[in-house]
Amino acid sequence: MRRFFLISAPYIWLLALFLVPFVIVLKISLSDTALAIPPYNPTLDLTQGWAGFKDFLSKLDFENFVWLTQDDLYWKAYLSSLKIAALSTVLTLMVGYPIAYGMAQAPDEWRPTLMMLVILPFWTSFLIRVYSWMGILGNEGLLNQLLLWLGVISEPLHIMNTPTAVYIGIVYTYLPFMILPIYAALEKLDSSLLEAAEDLGCSRLSAFWLVTIPLSKNGIIAGCFLVFIPALGEFVIPSLLGGSGTLMIGKVLWEEFFSNRDWPVASAVAVVLLLILIIPIILFQRNEQKAREADQ
Amino acid sequence: MRRFTWFNATSLTLGFVFLYMPMVILVIYSFNASKLVTVWAGFSTKWYGELVQNEAFLDAAWVTFRVAVFSSTIATVLGTMAAYVLVRSGRFFGRTLFSGMIYAPLVMPEVITGLSLLLLFIGIGLDRGILTIVLAHTTFSMCYVSVVVSSRLVSFDKSLEEAALDLGCTPMQSFRLVTLPIIAPAVISGWLLAFTLSLDDLVIASFTSGPSATTLPIKIFSAVRLGVSPEINALSTIMIAIVTVGVISASLISKRSVVRQKQEEQEAAQS
Repeated sequence: MRRFFLISAPYIWLLALFLVPFVIVLKISLSDTALAIPPYNPTLDLTQGWAGFKDFLSKLDFENFVWLTQDDLYWKAYLSSLKIAALSTVLTLMVGYPIAYGMAQAPDEWRPTLMMLVILPFWTSFLIRVYSWMGILGNEGLLNQLLLWLGVISEPLHIMNTPTAVYIGIVYTYLPFMILPIYAALEKLDSSLLEAAEDLGCSRLSAFWLVTIPLSKNGIIAGCFLVFIPALGEFVIPSLLGGSGTLMIGKVLWEEFFSNRDWPVASAVAVVLLLILIIPIILFQRNEQKAREADQ
Repeated sequence: MRRFTWFNATSLTLGFVFLYMPMVILVIYSFNASKLVTVWAGFSTKWYGELVQNEAFLDAAWVTFRVAVFSSTIATVLGTMAAYVLVRSGRFFGRTLFSGMIYAPLVMPEVITGLSLLLLFIGIGLDRGILTIVLAHTTFSMCYVSVVVSSRLVSFDKSLEEAALDLGCTPMQSFRLVTLPIIAPAVISGWLLAFTLSLDDLVIASFTSGPSATTLPIKIFSAVRLGVSPEINALSTIMIAIVTVGVISASLISKRSVVRQKQEEQEAAQS
């Protein structure tokens, strides 16, 4: 009885507030748009029981999904989100790896402090961290003031409201997600392997390429997925830093819902985004599984 | 053979400058006397004064705080239960679905979670307000709690629980007297994580809140969309200060408890 309650309370909660909402999204993505409140015509009427379900199946249409392929906006937004997420993952790796490597090489007594310095921004509001770049990147922002003062440039750079600002924002906010798994992998690395490589005539650089990098592979993969997956559906960064110059699917979904009030299309956008995300999510879980098995 | 080279020192320094510089600038400019956020016009605390008088922000802060307290508390209870079930219950009907539902919200884009919950609330005719935000926040943060707690449950010695049962404890007593004290640090950090996630959340709250309940991130977002403002800088500084104090004191407390645990283990080994 106790066990039954223990299982059923969180189970029912997740069924009602996680799974059922998805079924509703799926259902509305297959509905017709209407000028009403709520602004769609339900195509599935469960009050009529089996007859209603059969009626639903016969009227099932993929109109909204067809619409997604016909309007340039949507597939351009998907492609541009994929490109921005992929490129910023690579950039985050390039910035994050040297930091994680430095942490792993640092003296033992520094490590707790370094760890805390990486984790602290993670606890600070995401919104505030994105916002903090608005004052730096603007046309009259501090970066331009500094560069003009140094004489590096003669005219202010336009960074704000361009994809560049979005890249900076993503690298900045997701950096801890990249550093932590790589650091965890590097920390476990057996340094006698590096000694062996150098004894056998490797230079330090080639020992790094041939030993350190391959042995931190699981950390690199985990970090990349932890950045790529949330970056793909990102909304706050493109809408604060990207302006109208950046197209990302999270922003399109938001505008479709709140500005255009086209709920069926917004739901269809969500369903397709989820289908795109399933691939990296499954790959990520496989990598985690492999890493766990390697540990044992 | 660990060597801390110049390259390591440089990359750490540059890395931490990159991570902290924007926030330091934000804090400095919150004390700027000028309304223009990029021109320094002397030290002043007037924006903090204006912030304290801004009722809309205060109301939003109060709503946010209540939502965070309720949702993180419910999420901690449900998340701990879910972790216990996942680690200890063996097989049961629909286990795969259950663990899938625990991990899925962690990787789900917020726009999708928000949209789907809103459509549910409208579907069942629930008025949007504090209650709906609490329900939404509980749902995603219980998954984080359960991940944190289950990693602790996996690592602890199950025979301690069995010993308590053998010595005549009821299952409830053994949970309260043995399991809970051991997993307590994980439960507390789970609660803190749920609390901060709820304080931070903009996207899901925007979908699930109604006109009667606006949270602080929603207020901040609509203000900063129009550009940088010194009042928001002041507000951000206060929030950064709270988090910094919280994280540093939490890490000091956990460090002390680790030291104490090691001492106790040594004493036990000696006797």
